[in-house]
Amino acid sequence: MQTLEEKIGKHESDAMLPEPMIDGEHDYGSITSKIDSIVLTNKFAPGWIFALMLGMGALGVMVLTLAFLVFVGIGLWGVNIPVGWGFDIINFVWWIGIGHAGTLISAILLLMRQRWRTSINRLAETMTLFAVMCAGLFPLFHTGRPWVAYWLFPYPNALGLSPQFRSPLVWDVFAVSTYLTVSALFWYMGLIPDIAGLRDKVKSRVMQVTTGMLAMGWRGSVAHWHRYESAYLLLAGLSTPLVVSVHSIVSFDFAVSILPGWHATIFPPYFVAGAVYAGFAMVLNFVIPIRKWYNLESFITDKHMDWMAKIMLTTGLIVFYGYVMEAFYAWYSGNIYEWYMMYNRAFGPYMYLYWALIFCNGLVPQFLWSKKIRLNMLWLWIISLIVGVGMWLERFVIVPVSLHRDFMPSSWGIYNPTFWDISMFVGTFGLFITGMVLYFRFVPMIPVAEMKHQWHQEHDEAHASAGGGH
Amino acid sequence: MPQIFSRSANIYSKASIGIAGLVLVAVILIGGNVTPYTHRLRVALDQPAPFSHKHHVAELGIDCRYCHTTVEKSPFAGIPATETCYTCHSQIWTNSPLLLPVRESMATGAPIEWNRVANAPAFVYFDHSIHIAKGVSCYTCHGPVDEMNLTYKEFALEMLWCLDCHRNPEAFIRPKEEIYNPAYKVPKEHAALGRQLVEKYGIQKEQLSDCWVCHR
Repeated sequence: MQTLEEKIGKHESDAMLPEPMIDGEHDYGSITSKIDSIVLTNKFAPGWIFALMLGMGALGVMVLTLAFLVFVGIGLWGVNIPVGWGFDIINFVWWIGIGHAGTLISAILLLMRQRWRTSINRLAETMTLFAVMCAGLFPLFHTGRPWVAYWLFPYPNALGLSPQFRSPLVWDVFAVSTYLTVSALFWYMGLIPDIAGLRDKVKSRVMQVTTGMLAMGWRGSVAHWHRYESAYLLLAGLSTPLVVSVHSIVSFDFAVSILPGWHATIFPPYFVAGAVYAGFAMVLNFVIPIRKWYNLESFITDKHMDWMAKIMLTTGLIVFYGYVMEAFYAWYSGNIYEWYMMYNRAFGPYMYLYWALIFCNGLVPQFLWSKKIRLNMLWLWIISLIVGVGMWLERFVIVPVSLHRDFMPSSWGIYNPTFWDISMFVGTFGLFITGMVLYFRFVPMIPVAEMKHQWHQEHDEAHASAGGGH
Repeated sequence: MPQIFSRSANIYSKASIGIAGLVLVAVILIGGNVTPYTHRLRVALDQPAPFSHKHHVAELGIDCRYCHTTVEKSPFAGIPATETCYTCHSQIWTNSPLLLPVRESMATGAPIEWNRVANAPAFVYFDHSIHIAKGVSCYTCHGPVDEMNLTYKEFALEMLWCLDCHRNPEAFIRPKEEIYNPAYKVPKEHAALGRQLVEKYGIQKEQLSDCWVCHR
């Protein structure tokens, strides 16, 4: 009987083999030691300590800001009628959007069997966790009384009250808290085999007990792996709708209102695309330096960077389509308030921000059509940074610029952020950087077990089938 | 390599899940301030004199309004002046050691400092007179005062408890002539009577649970 190879010829059979995503000379042992060696050392690099101090310094700024904010009240921020939502909501939407790249990589790419996700999924998931934490702080403190924030949840209470389920702000509470919970579970689940690997290598008793408890008795038996794989797939299934639902619901905060500039049916898909766009920009922003500093180019290859840049370009085009449609419908609606909203964006007091947004999100990413630029890490890093800024500007243009001039000229006003708005934003970067820097040093930042599984698929399995050995 | 954990670690790790659950329940019950214990219900407060409502109301038959004179006209029901006590106690129990604070108050003119039992928070607008005018009995909110040897709090005055009646007043209100009657029993056909009374007293149910009714 003819073998498959004979039928289709040697050449095509090679093309069907998985494309290798691990570069360089590696074997099972070197993959483990390369990734674990960052964690299993008693030395702290001066650069790492500097980054940690930078993060913690900014985190300190946040703690001071929040302490003062609780003491004085949210009037400390520049929000007041007509602009009740300023930096706090802009930054909330911005941070929560960034998290979406992590979920997309970990869940959707897993279900689509995109094996290249393996090298970057934990980096992106960790980014998601800290980004959602940063995001959550803004609405939490925007309430003014964060100590009674549990009132947002429907629980049997002595007040006889329930949240207003017709309000998208309540949906937001559920969306974001579910998001954080599922992301944390997903992240920790994936980490268990790797922690168990560390447990078997650490020398000190304290570290053995700590990692042993975190590994929850993982011994790597077939039964363990079987349950692990099913649980991981189930969690991926749970996370998948979250990629779409969380930012759709965030967009409902605006779209369900009747304010021109907010009241638009295009918002959910446009927000989700923007979220993935900003998220991939952020991933690139820290992966580019990290893979260089820790010499991880053989795991996070140029191919990874290329593909992430392509996703960024795609989502960027969707977002830009959104901008064009906003302008088109403002005209096509024939509604003077809609049309004035658009006119005010482009030629009103905040016009510079609008045109900066078009530049950052519409024009700059077009450079990514060129493969040369996609593979030039400096340019890719700069473009990602500009995209991050652009997505922040988008939220500024949507939130305060729509609010500051609504239907009645008598209620118009101008929004200016205060020092404390800026210090809070800087502070969330502190939280993010601190968290990420600690993660780089204390957690295997690339999933070791999954990388070895991939190595097996790329080499041993491939050789076995290519040789027709089975 | 020796084992890191002993065999018993298995049972500890499983038990810790249950223990965490118990701790969570305890934190909610105590920290959430939802039990009679944390509300100090049915605990008599220390008072300058051991005044018994049971004796004065149930045994002697004194009307609530004899002492709490402003309950029908003002937000505050009123705490009696020492002179009110003296309408009887200038004649009876004049040497009782229990009444020493009353005699001292009369001699010096300084009022007796009773400790408040039922205390509505400052963010709640509460008016006794409107409740009396619409058929809410003293006993409905203050509990069986006629049975209290020492006065205690029967209800925690939580918002949910207020709303029970504000959302459904016909289940609680009485005919006005029965408001001060400790022996009043809810009749069997109360549902019909309640609806009748709501109509008769002009209670506007539809706005009774609006925020501004109590939080002004």
